Amino acid sequence: MATAPVGTLYRGGEGMWSWVAQRITGIAVFFFLYVHVVDTALVRVSPEAYDLIIATYKTPIVNLLEVGLVGAVLYHALNGLRVIAIDFWARGPRYQRQMLWTILGVWVVVMLPGTYYMMRHTIDALFGATP
Amino acid sequence: MSLTDRSLALSDGSGGRNRQRSNFELYAWLFMRISGIVLVFLVLGHLFIMNILDGGVQRINFAFVAGRWASPFWQVWDLAMLWLAMLHGTNGLRTIINDYAERDQTRFWLKALLYVSSAFIILLGTLVIFTFDPTIG
Repeated sequence: MATAPVGTLYRGGEGMWSWVAQRITGIAVFFFLYVHVVDTALVRVSPEAYDLIIATYKTPIVNLLEVGLVGAVLYHALNGLRVIAIDFWARGPRYQRQMLWTILGVWVVVMLPGTYYMMRHTIDALFGATP
Repeated sequence: MSLTDRSLALSDGSGGRNRQRSNFELYAWLFMRISGIVLVFLVLGHLFIMNILDGGVQRINFAFVAGRWASPFWQVWDLAMLWLAMLHGTNGLRTIINDYAERDQTRFWLKALLYVSSAFIILLGTLVIFTFDPTIG
């Protein structure tokens, strides 16, 4: 594997790909935010209209998309903290790679139980025991 | 233009542009970091309560929203989250447009669309939080 050029953090290797992922997750979360404000605005129309749109959030496929959303937000948040450490902590740039693997570890540790609890109802509905 | 003229023209400290130097990009950069730290708590807290705690999304309905927005604490939480997340996201997308849209016209219209959409969403969300009526319908 080619090594990253010396003296720059965002060209090549983990430094670049974590930055690419930060942009992609940021765009995805931002577009969802537009949608989410509009769906929440239905509370000003009627309780029925709001409950109807929220019902789609409870379906298995959208439930799975929510796990993706939480995963994207969590990565963006953890990597954002890493970027702040790189910018403001004197030894940040030197430890940027270790910090990336650390936040990816935290991401996995949080997402495993998180996915289970987010999808418990869907798992029960699809594969659950007899009612 | 002779070499000497160009050297003089570039020495006005404006980076070669005939514009007043502005610190806007510095403040935008700083805002991303400060709002980012606040949003880590606001958004991850929001996602934990709404999607994981106590049955997650399955328990959310109009009554649930009414119960939460009866408390000024959650109103302020949601309002701060709305404004910070929208400004953070709008500035992020502004940066991305500046990076990838090469034609001046394209950049201008993409950013115009971005600012109009974001202003609409911020106003809509703010209005909803402030005018929410639990007895509607």
